[in-house]
Amino acid sequence: MSMTITEKILAAHAGLKHVSPGENIWIDADVLMTHDVCGPPTIGIFKKEFGEKAQVFDKNKVVIIPDHYIFTKDMHANRNIDILREFAREHNLPNYYDVGGERYKGVCHVALAEEGWCRPGDVLFGTDSHTCTAGAFGQFATGIGNTDAAFILGTGKLWVKVPETMQFIIDGKIPPHIMAKDIILQIIGDIGVDGASYRTMEFAGSGVEAMTMEDRMTLCNMVIEAGGKNGVVAADAKTEEFVKARTNAPYKIYQNDMDAKYHSTWYYKAEELTPMVAKPHSPDNKASVREVQTEKITRAYIGSCTGGKFSDFVAAAEILKGQQVAVDTFIVPATTEVDRLLRTTMIDGKSMMQVFEDAGAQVGKPSCAACLGGPADTFGRTHGEEICISTTNRNFPGRMGSKSSQVYLASPYTVAASALTGKITDPREFLG
Amino acid sequence: MTMQNKITGRVYVLGDDIDTDQIIPAAHLVYSLEDPEERKKYGEYALSGVPTAQAGLPEGNIPFVKNGEHESEYAIIIAAKNFGCGSSREHAPAALEIAGVEAVIAPTYARIFYRNAVDGGFLIPAESQQSLVPFFHTGDEAVLDLDAKTVTNKRTGESYPINDLGQVSNIIDAGGIFSYARKSGMLKETADA
Ligand code: SF4
Repeated sequence: MSMTITEKILAAHAGLKHVSPGENIWIDADVLMTHDVCGPPTIGIFKKEFGEKAQVFDKNKVVIIPDHYIFTKDMHANRNIDILREFAREHNLPNYYDVGGERYKGVCHVALAEEGWCRPGDVLFGTDSHTCTAGAFGQFATGIGNTDAAFILGTGKLWVKVPETMQFIIDGKIPPHIMAKDIILQIIGDIGVDGASYRTMEFAGSGVEAMTMEDRMTLCNMVIEAGGKNGVVAADAKTEEFVKARTNAPYKIYQNDMDAKYHSTWYYKAEELTPMVAKPHSPDNKASVREVQTEKITRAYIGSCTGGKFSDFVAAAEILKGQQVAVDTFIVPATTEVDRLLRTTMIDGKSMMQVFEDAGAQVGKPSCAACLGGPADTFGRTHGEEICISTTNRNFPGRMGSKSSQVYLASPYTVAASALTGKITDPREFLG
Repeated sequence: MTMQNKITGRVYVLGDDIDTDQIIPAAHLVYSLEDPEERKKYGEYALSGVPTAQAGLPEGNIPFVKNGEHESEYAIIIAAKNFGCGSSREHAPAALEIAGVEAVIAPTYARIFYRNAVDGGFLIPAESQQSLVPFFHTGDEAVLDLDAKTVTNKRTGESYPINDLGQVSNIIDAGGIFSYARKSGMLKETADA
């Protein structure tokens, strides 16, 4: 019987020939990822349930990436890192990316890809809702809570309900001023913050095939903002090239069967797409940039797993180069690797980092930073009635710190253009 | 918590899309959930991210937990669609449980919140067939009857249907994924064996 990519991966990991949406099955995890916010409680539950001396299911499959509350004086946040460090030492975990040294990475979802943990056909569970980012690689990747993570840590298994798949087909040539972020904001606006609840969002079509791996990551990153369980893009030659450059581990590419069944199929013509924002306070509160372009902003933020990858900064630099920002502008590279590239990639004889600093932006250290508010001393966090335009993924009340601040979500192009004018601005005003 | 068949308590009413940042704002996620004193902080800050106008409908401006306390007087939350959307933080259902919530009643849930509530055995995520927000006021006394699959508003005397819990009821009955796995023989009886 026919299956989708997601169904095939789940069947293979359940040892079954066939699965159908709605079935509850137990599957094996290939990778379990956790970070500094959810790692300590996961470890607590693991020890309570399996015993102080229990061994993890497979130390090579446990990946711990502290990234959320790293550069803070908050003692509780620092204690969380101590707990991770101690656990990694106790269990001799090879894949712990510790803070404060060579191994430190930054935002987990970008680091997972950089370090070769995103592999077609695998199952990745992470204690973070944006674990769905890795669906860009044709992987089944989904976010879970601490109890589920502790269960996997001890057994290597978890029950899942097989999701139905919604297909989103983007056909045609994507205009140069449109970024993957515009497309996903459009889709979430169309289907709503619960439009894909319990389902898989699969992205296909010639527009998606032409996208870079980082663009595909942006699409899959935000499926959780429509309630999706996972996102997926069929792996292709581009995926293989990316993966092979980072790991020797085996992988398996699955394709949809010709007659696979979908919950629904949505079509988008690439040429008709327009720069989008999500207005406060919900990711589905969509508007085209043109509709809101006189709205004043007081701050701009470029960072996170959604909009803090290298290509996001390349886009921002294209607009900020040689200009001066009109509002407080915060730049946060997702990972140390992105940070390194910003220092070593030159534009007209200047490093990208220099380009941002010369434009008057403040550059922070690689981490989640103000994407989720965080302790009071977090870089870029809102504290009052700021109106921020941001490349991040959530604009719920208080998400970036202050309950009375407002957040618009937009592409790196739109955020950079808006930083220059102090109001929401169509990037076409600055792109040649 | 293992499942009781009847839950009686005062209700706290909320709107659509209550996300996990509203249930427990990210700044508070640093506290230990194991330390008996520190975990009270989660009760203290439960639902503190809800904008005050929407806190405790229909009037609003009703704190879920009184200033300086860590337990709420409301044992049942009645909410509209997509309760618990946003992050995967299990601190969200945990915070509600610590504050004394035994059940949430909403027409739909965000997937991860629902899983966490069930697998962690924190509270019962009951599904109403429609949003019950128009039929309850914050402070009303309600009875959630899981056998009869109804919730009754004692003030009005009206009852409303609740969906069957379906396949997850085994996990809810057992009190979470660990007790379920032990009961069904997937895991050994005790820790430290
Ligand atoms: S960057 Fe933001 S959305 Fe991404 S993992 Fe960090 S806090 Fe979560």
